[in-house]
Parts: sequence; structure tokens; C-alpha cells
Amino acid sequence: MEIDPFIFRLSIFILSIFIGYYVVWSVTPSLHTPLMSVTNAISSVIIVGAIIAALAGDSSNIFDTANAFGFLAIILAAINIFGGFLVTQRMLAMYKKKKKDK
Amino acid sequence: MSANLLAVFYLISGVLFILALRGLSSPETSRQGNLFGIIGMVIAIGVTILSIGNFSTGFLYLLVFLLIGGSIGAFIAYKIPMTAMPELVAGFHSLVGLAAVFVAISAFLSPEVFNLGVVGNIKIASLIEMSLGASIGAITFTGSIIAFLKLRGIMSGNPITFFGQHYINLILGLSVIVIIFYLCKTQSNSLFWLIIIISFLLGILLIIPIGGADMPVVISMLNSYSGWAAAGIGFTLENTALIITGALVGSSGAILSYIMCKGMNRSFFNVILGGFGVTDQSSSIKTKEQRPVKSGNADDAAFLMKNASSVIIVPGYGMAVAQAQHALREMVDSLKKNGVKVTYAIHPVAGRMPGHMNVLLAEANVPYDEVFELEEINNDFANCDVVYVIGANDVTNPVAKTDPQSPIYGMPILDVEKSKSVLFVKRSLSPGYAGIDNDLFYRDNTLMLFADAKKMTEEIIKNL
Repeated sequence: MEIDPFIFRLSIFILSIFIGYYVVWSVTPSLHTPLMSVTNAISSVIIVGAIIAALAGDSSNIFDTANAFGFLAIILAAINIFGGFLVTQRMLAMYKKKKKDK
Repeated sequence: MSANLLAVFYLISGVLFILALRGLSSPETSRQGNLFGIIGMVIAIGVTILSIGNFSTGFLYLLVFLLIGGSIGAFIAYKIPMTAMPELVAGFHSLVGLAAVFVAISAFLSPEVFNLGVVGNIKIASLIEMSLGASIGAITFTGSIIAFLKLRGIMSGNPITFFGQHYINLILGLSVIVIIFYLCKTQSNSLFWLIIIISFLLGILLIIPIGGADMPVVISMLNSYSGWAAAGIGFTLENTALIITGALVGSSGAILSYIMCKGMNRSFFNVILGGFGVTDQSSSIKTKEQRPVKSGNADDAAFLMKNASSVIIVPGYGMAVAQAQHALREMVDSLKKNGVKVTYAIHPVAGRMPGHMNVLLAEANVPYDEVFELEEINNDFANCDVVYVIGANDVTNPVAKTDPQSPIYGMPILDVEKSKSVLFVKRSLSPGYAGIDNDLFYRDNTLMLFADAKKMTEEIIKNL
């Protein structure tokens, strides 16, 4: 009997939820805003789907409907990726420790 | 590139994303974490392009679109003021949601590209996955737009409720499931579009009844939704990086929602069902009576704080509105020169998104080790001389402990009342978001400073 690959993906999914659970609980509350902006950026890895949708298939007609939706999704995801990582970086650069002056 | 090698690379970027979140456990490691996230993204995009191996015109278009989106994103990231972070994040969520919808549509229209079968005969499992991804994505999109409009003040923050609202939402939600079932049987195009349209509507209806101050929960919730949408698409595309990321983001948002709900002592459903503050307002008007308050000016406040040995600052959303964080830091600097020990106390739901106050203080160069969370600092109020409450209200209201009738009863509060004296910067005596009077205003040891938070703080600096 063969195991459906879906089950493997489901396993990855479930285990990742648990990883997420423990990792996020260890995030310090003062960094919850950067947490949201960085999760925003990484969830835009959906861009890989957009790239496949836009480029794969028949390249002679780049702008059939399916491809066009792919390209639109690329723009949206790219805004998010660049915006998300850069704004996170900008925020994190502001967190400074007290200068040692006891 | 072989499919197996590709999968390994996606796995690597998934792991890098986990490390990116892990880095946020402390500010020192966080910057490195962000770098891991960026590397993970570059790997994912890079190998996807390589795997397609098509460097013709389409590839040029890809670069152009990447560049357009990237420059818009970078521009926003550098221009956005820190006080506007909540609406920025809401806006970004809407983009993830819409991107998920678009990818799902594209997969539905040309399934052969993704190995999901052919038009009219898409694999049932894929059909369910892409419908769910599209539906959650659509809800995220319109819901985030509403959240954005409310946060930006374009739309009123007041809850919009109407009779039978929750039943309509329930019916819409169930109908999406039923339609997915029929979609699997008929593979009909129109049913797929119908799912998306209903989900758009559902997103709007879900968020409009939720009031402005509950936005921390809403943003976290939409964060979570955007993750589940990504995971749904990940299953459709059989992509490990997307599945891992979707699960991470989904659980991250869920945890943040939980923390925010706990900070208000309300159940998640109570917040989602919305309408908080509407019924309470009528009762508060009835009980409103003229009680004497002590009000003072900047001079009094400066005198009190200068002669204190310890001061705790309690910032709230009002500080963000007035953009008072820089003035506040200057005030603290001059207090420190006078030998006063100053710390900051932050309530979990202060501001309009999780951690909002911390970012604003960090922006004003407040060292993060002077900023404390509720549990860390609550015992210190008893030994503190002066508390300076700037733009916060409900989170200091002792009624949460004493009056079981109160709508905020049981909410964890900052024990501001225990300190020797309290300075309240507020524009008027009006009640806070919960619509209830704050007992603290009328206490003997409270001095009300009626003014704009920024102006008052600047006045105090002059008098120090």
C-alpha cells in the first residue's frame, strides 16, 4: 500500500503549526509589531505560485487570463515582500539597549 | 532542476522562515532573524524561476512586475510613519489575501500548469484546497480593507450592527461550504466565482461590527487568516515552503489574537460578534454625575515629577494619536537629569495593534530595557511616587477589579491607583472606549491635566 503524498504534506502542515505555536510564544511582547510585519512578508512566499502561474504554460500568449492573474499576484506579493521585510528592518533598527552608564 | 531538489530548496526556505520568527525572541537576535527571512525568500523565488527555466519575454515581464511591486513596497516601507503601523499591516494583509485569490483563480483557469488535471476535470482534492485558499484569501482581503479604513479614520470606528447580522454571516459561511461541495461535482466556473464573491462579502460583514479599540484582535485575526489562505494555496501547489509558512503565520496570528483577548478579559467570540460599547454608553450617561476633580497645569505636574524619586509612564493610544512619543522621551531625559528613576509600563492592549506602544517608544529612542510589560511592572506601582498616564484610560480603571457589573470587569489593569500620585493627561473627562467612567479621575491623589498629550508634555519640559 502506498501513502498518498497529501498525507506527507498534511504532516508537514500539522507539525509546522506546532513549531509556530512554540516559536511565537517565545517572541517577546515588545516585538509583536515586527512579528506581524515579518509574518506578512514571509506569507508572501505565495509569490512562487504567482510566478508559476504567470510564466509556466504556453509562453506564446503571455497575457491570457490565467497568466494575467499570475502577474497581478506577482505585483501584490512583491509589494508585500519588499515592504514587509524593509519596514521590519526599519523597526528593528530602532530597538536599542540602554547605554551602560551606571 | 529535478522536482526533488526543488522540494529540498523549498524546505530550506521554510526552515529559514522559522528561524526568522525565532529571532524575534529578543531584540538582539531579531535583526539576524529578519536577514534569515530575506534569504529564505530569495531562495524560494530564485529556485522557482530556475525550475521554470523559461528566460524568454515572460521572464522580462516577471522582472518588470517584481520591480514595480518592489519599489512600491520599498517606498511605503521608508515613508510610513511609525504611528501608522496598524493600518500599514492591515493593508499588507489585504494584499496577501488578494494575491492568494489571484493564484487560486489562475490555478483554476489553467490547472495543467500546476499538474492539477485539466479544465473541467480538476482533481477533487486540489479543487477543495484552492477553493478554501481562495475563500479565506477573499475574506482576508475585504476584511483587511475594512480594518484599514477604520484604522485610517476614513470609516468610523463605531461598530456597525444590524438585526440578524450573525445569522447572515453564518448562512454565508455555510453556503460557501455547500458551493464547494457542488463545485467538486460539477467543476462549474460560475460556482468558483460565486465562492469568491460570497467570501468578499463575508469579509466585509465580519469586520464591520467590530469597534475601533478591538482592532488589535482584528489585525491579529486577519494575520492568522492570511496564513491559512497561504497554506491552502500551498496544498494546491504542493509547495512545502508555502505550507510551512502558512502554518507558521496562521498560528502566529491566532496566538496574538488570544493574547489580545486575554488582555481585555474577553472571549474571542465576544470580540468577533462585536458591538462592544454600544449598549454600555446609555447606562453610563444615566449614572453620570458631577463629581469634583482636581485639575492642574504643566507647572504642577513638573513640580510633582521633579521631586519624585520614581516615575512610571503609562502610554496609550492617545499618545500615538498626538504623536507625543518624542516629546515624552525629552521629558523623561530631563527628569533623569534631575535624578528621577523613570520606567514605562505597557498594557497588552495599549494602542491599535500588538506591540504598537513599544515600537513608538523605540522610535523615540527609548531603550527597550526601560519598557516593561504588565506582569513585570505591576508590583512597582505601590512604591512609585508619580504615574504619568498619557493617552491611556480603560487599562488603568480600578473598576475592572471592584465592580462585577462593569463591562471591563476582570480585565487585567495596570495598578496605577496604588502609586502616591497620578497625573492624567487627557483632553476631557469623557469616558474611554468601554464607555465607562474612570474612578481614578476623582481620587484625591489624581491630578488631571486637560490638554493635548503632546502640548502638555512639551509644556512640562519647559517647566522642568
